[in-house]
Amino acid sequence: MSQATRIQIAELARRSIVRTLRQPAQVVPTIIFPLFLVAVNVGGLEAATELPGFPTDSYLSFAIAVPFVQAAIFAVNNGGADLARDIETGFFDRLALTPMSGGSLIVGQLAGVVALGVLQALIYLAVGLAFGASFAAGVGGAAVLVALALLIMFAFGCIGLFFAFRVGSSEAVQGLFPVLFVFLFLSSGSLPRNLIEQDWFRTVATYNPVSYLIEGIRSLFITGWDGEALGLAFGCAAAIAAVFMTLAVTSLRTRMART
Amino acid sequence: MSESREAAIEVQGLVKQFKKGPRAVDGIDLRVQPGEIYGFLGPNGAGKSTTVLMLTTLLPPTEGSARVAGYEVSQDGARVREHIGAALQEAALDPFLTAREHMRLQTAMHGLPKAERKRRGADLIERVGLADAADRKVGGYSGGMRRRLDLALALVHGPRILFLDEPTTGLDIQSRTALWEEVERLSSEDGVTVFLTTQYLEEADALADRVGIIDDGKIVAEGTPAVLKAEIGQPSVEAIPADPRRCEDVTRVLAPFGDGDQPHRVGDGIAVRLNGGDSTLADVVRALDREDIEVAHLQLHAPSLDDVFLAKTGRTLEGAGETEDEAPAAESTPA
Repeated sequence: MSQATRIQIAELARRSIVRTLRQPAQVVPTIIFPLFLVAVNVGGLEAATELPGFPTDSYLSFAIAVPFVQAAIFAVNNGGADLARDIETGFFDRLALTPMSGGSLIVGQLAGVVALGVLQALIYLAVGLAFGASFAAGVGGAAVLVALALLIMFAFGCIGLFFAFRVGSSEAVQGLFPVLFVFLFLSSGSLPRNLIEQDWFRTVATYNPVSYLIEGIRSLFITGWDGEALGLAFGCAAAIAAVFMTLAVTSLRTRMART
Repeated sequence: MSESREAAIEVQGLVKQFKKGPRAVDGIDLRVQPGEIYGFLGPNGAGKSTTVLMLTTLLPPTEGSARVAGYEVSQDGARVREHIGAALQEAALDPFLTAREHMRLQTAMHGLPKAERKRRGADLIERVGLADAADRKVGGYSGGMRRRLDLALALVHGPRILFLDEPTTGLDIQSRTALWEEVERLSSEDGVTVFLTTQYLEEADALADRVGIIDDGKIVAEGTPAVLKAEIGQPSVEAIPADPRRCEDVTRVLAPFGDGDQPHRVGDGIAVRLNGGDSTLADVVRALDREDIEVAHLQLHAPSLDDVFLAKTGRTLEGAGETEDEAPAAESTPA
């Protein structure tokens, strides 16, 4: 990678972070809302830990994995909508008139999303531990947790970029938010898959990649080092990233049809 | 490459046909000399912005050839972009960044050395009169300030050719005049070639060395504003007598000054196209005075670019866009 490309990526990432941090409406709900949802679930579903086969006696330790994925859904919304707004306002054309490469734009934009994701992951971890969640994987596990959160954020960021390049409308990108939330609710976020009573729900949760992302993070809190859960989580996140990065690059080529 | 002889912009048979859409640009030819300010005048949807997008490499042409700074836009896009700056429709700025941060990003994207980035940014901010507001978020800027920053950003890499797409649309007269002065300075002092689209007649008249009038994707007239107006004919004079009963006397007095047409009634007054141009006005005044006709209102109407547009298209420029089928949004739709 050339020096010029590194500078371009760094400046685009800086802009992405600065712009997000200057919009409290993008930052505060992203951090508060997932924690609020966990607090509500912990209050209402603590009794679920009494179920035979429930993997822990602390519902907080079980549920604290969800905000990490929820934050990634916010990342789709915020990162994608910001990029779509750039397309709508002509800022994207301004960048296209510079020697900037399409790759720099994608990596720079994602670097900003991921940097904020790391911050969010550390906050969730700190809040979880402060309120009594166990963290079985220890200090090394915390590093893996941040790495996994970072990859999930990157993968979901690619979804946002793809839709932004594809539709070029911030409203349309924001319309993705409830759709992705359905994936979150139809996952093993609230109960372990083997304890979901409804067959159709259990089947959907089994085929839903979001379940494996949550279970990978959860394993670090509850189990410690679970190679299978972590492998599936990293694998699913990497697959989502690969698919949507490819789609994003293809859509960028169409969108940035400069000669 | 012979810098002195080669046109800054040379376009031949340029066409943009959108898929399932209009033929937004329909075979235009034009040539802009280095250092010239070329005004591209036309109503909304005429094809101005589509032309600019093609010339700035952001939209591939369907047919034809366009050379900018000596390079073919469809083949040497990257080389073209090295030599051009552009401020496209609507100031494309991030409301959450300051002017200084915009400069930082833009200079970095253009690959300026680190030491030069800061200096260049500060110089340009100073030049467009935004030094006091440089650390304020752009979201709080007025339309004029946003346009000035937009212009400064287009200049960070020292382009030889500048494309300005309707740069003063929506600005108050003070902001508009300030921008005109800066554009004139860029052309006269820095030798920058300026390709300026506008729907404002007075803007083209005040700024442009030459004007191309585009309608329905075709250039219908081209030349200096003076030549274009002269093609339309001589100015006309309109006189309103203080005593309405003396209209016939005014008609009789004005008749010899006409260029063949008889004086005709316009509202409360009488008008005639002068056969001797505007220098005849003094003779008209003396003739009215000799006949002891008291005049309530006397006005010389010089031909305007609107008259040129009317003569070439049968419509006035103001309002012509309202009858266009092509929506401006369609212009930016890549084929």
